[in-house]
Amino acid sequence: MQVINNNTVKIAVQTADFNLADEVNLLENNNDEDGAVATFSGRVRNNNLGKSVSGLFLEHYPEMTEKSLKKIIEQAQQQWSIGRVTVIHRIGQLLVGEQIVFVGVTSKHRRDAFAACEFIMDYLKVKAPFWKKELSNGIETWLDAKQSDEEKAQQWQP
Amino acid sequence: MIKVLFFAALREQLGHEEISIPLDSMTTIEQVIESLIVQNPSWKTAFNQSLLCAVNQEMVNKKHAVNSGDEVALFPPVTGG
Repeated sequence: MQVINNNTVKIAVQTADFNLADEVNLLENNNDEDGAVATFSGRVRNNNLGKSVSGLFLEHYPEMTEKSLKKIIEQAQQQWSIGRVTVIHRIGQLLVGEQIVFVGVTSKHRRDAFAACEFIMDYLKVKAPFWKKELSNGIETWLDAKQSDEEKAQQWQP
Repeated sequence: MIKVLFFAALREQLGHEEISIPLDSMTTIEQVIESLIVQNPSWKTAFNQSLLCAVNQEMVNKKHAVNSGDEVALFPPVTGG
């Protein structure tokens, strides 16, 4: 699933990996008015809550995922003066070290890009319909949501 | 009729990813869950967990109205990113 609006917003939910350099190029290409590019990428850790982890399975709610990511990006656009936004989230089986998520935001100056990038990531964590199943020592377990993620997202509320 | 979708741990606990239920009049998500438990008493434990809900792909609370033709989704708190 991939949506690009007026060259400013890209949303992709995919099993395939993504390339950081390509994504930064897409944010910068023909975009000389923005001097700041803030990016975040998340990858699969080899440990969680003291256990060793060998991989993750990412499930999502396809009809809702794009809608919810779009809404989060729109909220960021209302709060900060930002240029381009890219959000990529992978689904399916992912091994340790593999990339899971990418958020990239451009703006004229760094403050808006940093803030919007963090906001999008914080809201994605608690609003976008993705679920992780963790594979640890041959046992698969659905992860519980973290209260700290909920609190982090709430900090953005005015 | 309304369509009810289940995801992740809830889907596995119930053994269903989607069910359709008849709807005579306007109702709420809370009432949809109650009627599912009446029909399937063994589902009570699964529905007693902390769950999020969406109507037509928008996150809502359990008091939200449900109308015929709506797509309701019930799922555990999300863990993406």
